[in-house]
Amino acid sequence: MSVGLEHYLVLSAVLFSIGLFGALTKRNTIVILMCVEIMLNAVNIAMVGFSRFITPTLLTGQVFAIFIMVVAAAEAAVGLAIIISLFRNRESVETTDIDLMKG
Amino acid sequence: MGIDIAFWILAVVGVAAAAAVVLLRDVFHTALALVLCLLTVAGIYITLSADFLAVIQILVYVGGISILVILAIMLTREVQHGSLSNKLRIPAFIVAAVFLGVVIFALLNTPWQISTAPPVEPTTAALAGKLLGDGGFVLAVEIAAALLLAAVLGAIVLVREK
Repeated sequence: MSVGLEHYLVLSAVLFSIGLFGALTKRNTIVILMCVEIMLNAVNIAMVGFSRFITPTLLTGQVFAIFIMVVAAAEAAVGLAIIISLFRNRESVETTDIDLMKG
Repeated sequence: MGIDIAFWILAVVGVAAAAAVVLLRDVFHTALALVLCLLTVAGIYITLSADFLAVIQILVYVGGISILVILAIMLTREVQHGSLSNKLRIPAFIVAAVFLGVVIFALLNTPWQISTAPPVEPTTAALAGKLLGDGGFVLAVEIAAALLLAAVLGAIVLVREK
């Protein structure tokens, strides 16, 4: 059986689930951010897979993937800046120590 | 046939690297595993004949975001602490596994309308037409530029010494 759309979608779902598990369980905020990047990449694979197999001549999926990358880059820059600023204030990047808004 | 072999190699390496990101204790090793995972995603784009996207993936993710992540790890001295898990390990695993099962069930039972038309190659000129041409995404491109500017300014403001 040659590789088709389903293979790419299953790969995308597996990567997304791994990222979801990591984002839910990790205590280090930098690792959580990395897991979010994995999830965004998984969605991009699904986008490009749809673009390749369902509308091969339109390229709309690839355009969406480019926009996702733009937003991911902005998110990484701001997220890491927030983490560094948190570390300056609280000497830690663990989620258990970031509890200023905890009642 | 070559595409199939490339896909399977890239898929196995990519999933293994993503699992390493989640499972490894050392934060720095985690970042290196993330770089490997992002590189395999670029390879996956090549097997999908999305050449421009593969190059952008390497430029933006492998070249840019991974450097940012490694820099943040070095600036926050968290290497000694390691990447620990919280108490939600088992519920989170169940949630992720159920999500994976539901998604795979849904996408294997959907009758996709596979098109047999050959893909556009190379994609760069066609993508430029899509992004900037008539009836394209010009407004979104402009908004993306404003978003990036705002993100850069926000990052500078957040990390500036008081």
